[in-house]
Amino acid sequence: MKFLVFVKQIPDPDIPPAQFRIDTEKNTVAPPQGSSPAVSTYDELAVEAALRLRDDVGGEVTVVSLNNNPVMNVIKKPLAMGSDNLILLQDDAFEGGDAMTTARVLAAAAKKVEFDLILCGRQAGDWDNGQVGSYVAEMLGVPIVINSGKLEVNGDKIRVERTTKDGRDIIESPFPTIITAGDEIGVARYPKLRDIMAAGRKQPEVWNAQDLGLDPSKVGDAGALTKVNRLYLEEKSSQVEMIEADTPAEAGEQLAMKLRDLKVI
Amino acid sequence: MASGVLIFGEFADGAIAGVTGELLGVGRKLADSLGEELTAAFIGDGIAQDASGAFPMGADKVYVVDDPSLRLYQSESYADVAEKVLKQVDPNIVVMGTSTMGRDLAPKLACRLETGLAMDCLELSAVPETKGLIANRPVFGGKAMAEVDCGSVRPSMATVRLKSQEALDPDSSRSGEVVKVDAGLDPSIAKSIIVDSVQVEVEGVRLEDARIVIGGGRGIGSIENWGKLEELAGIMSGAVGSTRGACDEGYCELDTQLGITSKTVAPELYMAVGISGASQHMSGVAFSKFIIAINKDAEAPIFRHSLYGVVGRWEDILPAFQAKVQELVSE
Ligand SMILES: Cc1cc2nc3c(=O)[nH]c(=O)nc-3n(C[C@H](O)[C@H](O)[C@H](O)COP(=O)(O)OP(=O)(O)OC[C@H]3O[C@@H](n4cnc5c(N)ncnc54)[C@H](O)[C@@H]3O)c2cc1C
Ligand SMILES: Nc1ncnc2c1ncn2[C@@H]1O[C@H](COP(=O)(O)O)[C@@H](O)[C@H]1O
Repeated sequence: MKFLVFVKQIPDPDIPPAQFRIDTEKNTVAPPQGSSPAVSTYDELAVEAALRLRDDVGGEVTVVSLNNNPVMNVIKKPLAMGSDNLILLQDDAFEGGDAMTTARVLAAAAKKVEFDLILCGRQAGDWDNGQVGSYVAEMLGVPIVINSGKLEVNGDKIRVERTTKDGRDIIESPFPTIITAGDEIGVARYPKLRDIMAAGRKQPEVWNAQDLGLDPSKVGDAGALTKVNRLYLEEKSSQVEMIEADTPAEAGEQLAMKLRDLKVI
Repeated sequence: MASGVLIFGEFADGAIAGVTGELLGVGRKLADSLGEELTAAFIGDGIAQDASGAFPMGADKVYVVDDPSLRLYQSESYADVAEKVLKQVDPNIVVMGTSTMGRDLAPKLACRLETGLAMDCLELSAVPETKGLIANRPVFGGKAMAEVDCGSVRPSMATVRLKSQEALDPDSSRSGEVVKVDAGLDPSIAKSIIVDSVQVEVEGVRLEDARIVIGGGRGIGSIENWGKLEELAGIMSGAVGSTRGACDEGYCELDTQLGITSKTVAPELYMAVGISGASQHMSGVAFSKFIIAINKDAEAPIFRHSLYGVVGRWEDILPAFQAKVQELVSE
C-alpha cells in the first residue's frame, strides 16, 4: 500500500511560557536562543501510525512537507523513523498562505503521486487549526476520519478506533481515504543513530508550484482567505493567594475552609 | 443577498445539548450587531418536536433536517444536508461548536464554499460595514492568542470552544417559524461509517457535568494514589480529570484527559493536584470559576492560574484537607 504522510515543521512546542516571545511585526513566534524547531507533535504520531501499518501490510511511506526554509535534520526525522521517501514543496509563491492554500498545494502533490491512505496530524501545534486534512479530503473527494486512534487495514477498508466523550466508536472508511492522527495513536518511536545518519544522506525530492500545476494566484498570500491581524500574549493577572501554615495538614484544613468561604462546599 | 447568522445546534440524549445554548448566545450577539436574523439549524433523527426549544434561547428562525438516516453523525451525509440548509438560509456568518461534529463538519463546509474559517475560537465579533467576522482564538498550544479576519467571502465561518460562550436567560415568550428541510439523501454517499459504538458507563458524576473537578497530574505518582483522588471526588460529589502527563504514566483513562486536544470543563471548582499547569492543559480548564492548586514546586505555572495555592507534597496536605471537607459537607 502507498501511504502519504503530511508533516509540518513548527517552532518547538515545549518553549516554556516564561520564554515564549512574539515577533509582532511578522505575527510569528520569536523562539528563544538555541531553540530548535520540531516536527509537529501529531504529525509525528501520523508517521508512527503509517510505519506500523506499512510494517503490517507492506508498502511505502512517503512524507510530504510544505516549507521554504526547513531545518534538514528536523524535516528528515520521519525518514530516520523509517519512512521511505521525502518530498518537499517549495516555492516563493507559497509564502504567507493559510489552511486553504496549504491544502491546495498538498492536494496537488497527492494527485501527482498515487496513494491509498493519507495520514496527517489532527492539528498542527503552531496555529492549532485542525483544517488542512479535511480540506484536502474535500479537494480530492475522498472520505476522512479525524482524531483517530488505533488503525487496522481490514480488506478494502481502514478500521479506525476513536475515543468519544463517553466511550469509543469503530469507524470504517474505504480506500483511498484520509486519517488524522490523535493522541490515541500512542507514542512515536525514537530514531536510532544509524538511521539518523542514513536519513541525513537521503536527498528529498523538491516540487514547486509549476511542477504541481498550481495557479500562483490560488496559493500563498495571494490565495489566502483568512488573515492573522494580530498575534498577542494574554496578560495573566497573578492574584494567587498562597496558603502559609505551620504544617502541611494545617494548610490542607485552611484550604478546605477557603472553599467554604467561596460557598463551593 | 446573504443575510443573518446561522448556528448549527446539537442534540444529546434526545434533548437540546448545552452547546446549543452557547451558540445561540454568541449567535444572538453577532446577529444583533449586524441588525439581522439568527437562525438555528438542527440535523438528526426525531428532533423536530424539540427543536423549537431554540426560540427561548435566542433564535428567530429554526431549520430542521429530521431523518432516520441522520441518527448518528456521518461525515458525508451531514455535510450534504448542512450544505443544503446553508444554501437555503444564505447567511453572512456560520457558527458551530468545536465538538465532535463541528471539528469534522466545519472545515468540510468551509472548503466546499471556499470561505474563511477560524476554529476553536473564544471570542467572535461581526463587522457591521462588511458583515465580516473577526475571531480571537488560542494558538501555539494556548501560549498566545491570534485575532483572525475570516475574509471577504460570505458566509464567514467559525467554531467556538465548548463552554467558552454564555447562554442567554431563556425567554419563554419568544417564538418563531420552524422550517423543515427534506434530507433527500442518496445513501451511497456515506463512506466513513460508524460500525460499532461502545458506551462506557461512568460511575458517579459525569466529568463534563461536574460542579467540582479534581484534576490529577503526573505528580500523583501511581494508580493506587489515583484512587485517593477518586475517593476525594466522591466526598465532594465531583469528578476526576487528568493531564496528558497522568495519562502517559497510565494512572487513568484517556477519556478523563482535559486540555486543548481533549475535554473542556467549566466547573465551579477545579482543584489541580500534582499538575504543572502547561498551557495545553490549562486550555481545557480555563473557564472554571475557581482554580486552586497543590504542587510541591512553588514555581509551577499552575499557581499563576490559581486563586489559592498550597506549596507542598499532596500526600501531606490532602488527608487533612479531605477530613475537613468531610466535616464541612456533613454539617
Ligand atoms: C500538541 C500538544 C497537545 C497537548 N495537549 C494536551 C492536553 O490536551 N492535555 C494535557 O493535559 N496536556 C497536553 N499536552 C501536554 C502538556 O504540554 C504537558 O506536558 C502536560 O499537561 C503535563 O502534565 P502534568 O502537569 O501532569 O505533568 P508534569 O508537567 O510532569 O507536572 C507534574 C507536576 O507535579 C508536581 N509534583 C510532583 N510530585 C508531587 C507531589 N508529591 N506533590 C505535589 N506536587 C507534585 C511537580 O512539581 C510538577 O509540577 C499537549 C502537548 C502538546 C505538545
Ligand atoms: N506546511 C505543511 N506541510 C505538510 N503538512 C502540513 C502543513 N500544514 C499542515 N499540514 C498537515 O495538516 C495537519 C493539520 O494542520 P492544520 O490544519 O494547520 O492544523 C497537520 O498536522 C499536518 O499533518
